[in-house]
Amino acid sequence: MALLKVKNLHTHFSTSKGIVRAVNGVSLSLEQGEVLGIVGESGCGKSVTALSLMRLLPENIALTIADELMFDGANLLDLTNRQLRAMRSRRMAMVFQDPMRSLNPVLTVGRQLTETLIRHMEMNRAAARKRAIDLLERVGISRAEKRLDEYPHQLSGGMRQRVMIAIALSCNPRLLIADEATTALDVTIQAQIVDLVKDLQRDFGTAVIWISHDLGMVAGLCDQVAVMYAGRVVESGSVREVFYRPSHGYTVGLMQCTPRIDDIGSPLRPIEGMPPNLSEPITRCPFLPRCEMAVPSCHHVMPDDKTVGPSHIAACFGDLKPYWREAAT
Amino acid sequence: MGETLLKVENLHVSFPGTKKLFRRGDVIQAVSGVSLKVARGRTLGLVGESGCGKSTIGYAVLRLVGASGRVIFNDVDLISLSALEMRPIRRHLQVIFQDAASSLDPRMTIGDLIAEALDIHDLCAGHARKDRIKELLDLVGLPPRFAEHYPHELSGGQAQRIAICRALAVEPELIICDEAVSALDVSIQAQILNLLQKLQQRLGLAYIFISHDLSVVRHISDEIAVMYLGKIVEHGSRDDLFENPIHPYTKALLSSIPVPDPDVELSRDRIVLQGDLPNPANPPSGCRFRTRCPFAIRECALIPPQEVEIEPAHYVSCIRAPHFS
Repeated sequence: MALLKVKNLHTHFSTSKGIVRAVNGVSLSLEQGEVLGIVGESGCGKSVTALSLMRLLPENIALTIADELMFDGANLLDLTNRQLRAMRSRRMAMVFQDPMRSLNPVLTVGRQLTETLIRHMEMNRAAARKRAIDLLERVGISRAEKRLDEYPHQLSGGMRQRVMIAIALSCNPRLLIADEATTALDVTIQAQIVDLVKDLQRDFGTAVIWISHDLGMVAGLCDQVAVMYAGRVVESGSVREVFYRPSHGYTVGLMQCTPRIDDIGSPLRPIEGMPPNLSEPITRCPFLPRCEMAVPSCHHVMPDDKTVGPSHIAACFGDLKPYWREAAT
Repeated sequence: MGETLLKVENLHVSFPGTKKLFRRGDVIQAVSGVSLKVARGRTLGLVGESGCGKSTIGYAVLRLVGASGRVIFNDVDLISLSALEMRPIRRHLQVIFQDAASSLDPRMTIGDLIAEALDIHDLCAGHARKDRIKELLDLVGLPPRFAEHYPHELSGGQAQRIAICRALAVEPELIICDEAVSALDVSIQAQILNLLQKLQQRLGLAYIFISHDLSVVRHISDEIAVMYLGKIVEHGSRDDLFENPIHPYTKALLSSIPVPDPDVELSRDRIVLQGDLPNPANPPSGCRFRTRCPFAIRECALIPPQEVEIEPAHYVSCIRAPHFS
């Protein structure tokens, strides 16, 4: 059975300018121990999808509905706040882009790490402190015992993000959601964090949802990938399927406008225009106004998901086989 | 390399660090002894991680921070000029920042914001002005109606186009792009990069393109300088640097940039550096990279490496460079 199964998830915000349909019919599925990448540009609904899964959006402004939202055998839509609190951190945990905003600046690192352990794992102070040292060492922080008594401002950006990962992993969750967790870090530090996540996933079998706008990072880290645009998953499949046989106009566009470090001089093809306004209803393919591969049917109806490969689906009418390329091996 | 437009020699910039009670504060050496050249109509990419001093070089060239050394622009040493003497020269030296929206006054229309740049340098008064604004907007690919808009109505990409527009208004020779596309989504980033290249060809602009994103820098630059902790560790033509990187830091940096190709990612040899950037107030002795360098030997701690020309116009500061090439 899949660890996480999401079917037709919608999250709408009510704002002064009307209803914003931030997530509009997202379906995802994730097995135990798998890494799923969610890619797309700002405003495509990646983060709102994650926050909806964690049920972290305030109910007075956000409405979340779904045909199915099952995680680890429980229906997340039915849980009470109390049950959700127990579920978060013990079974699913999340790491955000900016660790300084998630850490409390007036509490020591140790206090913030042991807090979770004492609360959720019912450890006593001494045991929690010992485990906290283990955790910090596990995420590659040297002199862990000393670091426990330091405050977040005394740590570098990379170390703060490691602390966040340590807190997220403290209760051995089955699912870790990382939302642009390395975006604010320098590339050499980013590489360290990615290695760390790979190790943890291998050693503990933690499933990971890796949200990023960086296609390269997803190519190297993930098993499955979902490409989002305007609140929908427009294409999903195994990483190899999606990268070598892109089957949605947006995926192709995204790949053509991403500069590659190993590419010599092929011109960048920008995607002209801008993403649609999500407060207006969308009746056709949301990418149509920017798409260079549109066919006549694109102008009439919304494309359904079509099966391209074993786990590969895309919601696109276009024939994108000319853009497929051979795998390097 | 064509005619030299800007030549920086032995540039030093330092900032006072945090003061402590009864003790003099540390001095942070943001830039220590940097020399570089930019040719007319060409692009120099300046790369490195946060805190390596790449932006500070840009600010020192613009005389926005105090510096010592020589900054020779069009045969004039800018460091020796007074603020008043500097003013007419600023017209030829413009800058674009990462967060364009915050460099635009929210209470002014786009038209006024562009006109402001013209007014400061007494250009295009009267009737010609409206046409000039229209022409400038057209140059960056925006319709003339944008002159009536306010900054909050712009998207990130549009705000960046306006920032470019304002820089172009005074017909500069050199534009310093400080992480100018870093905050943009890839599809918009590609639009702006193509715009910058088109403008360069049309107007003969030179760029100093400061960025942490090596894929972008590779795309836009002719020459590239790699910085670490206030020093340039390697510089050369784009192709030499990417195809034959010598300095261990350049190699590590290149190997940590992910490639959007699953099989390539799987087969790459990655040099993952350990630890963080050292404190710039107290840089390591000898080679500043030695504390994180996987190839460091005892000698690296003793002498600061001299720059050597490892192949024509490709310079490396590493005592073990001959061993790596």
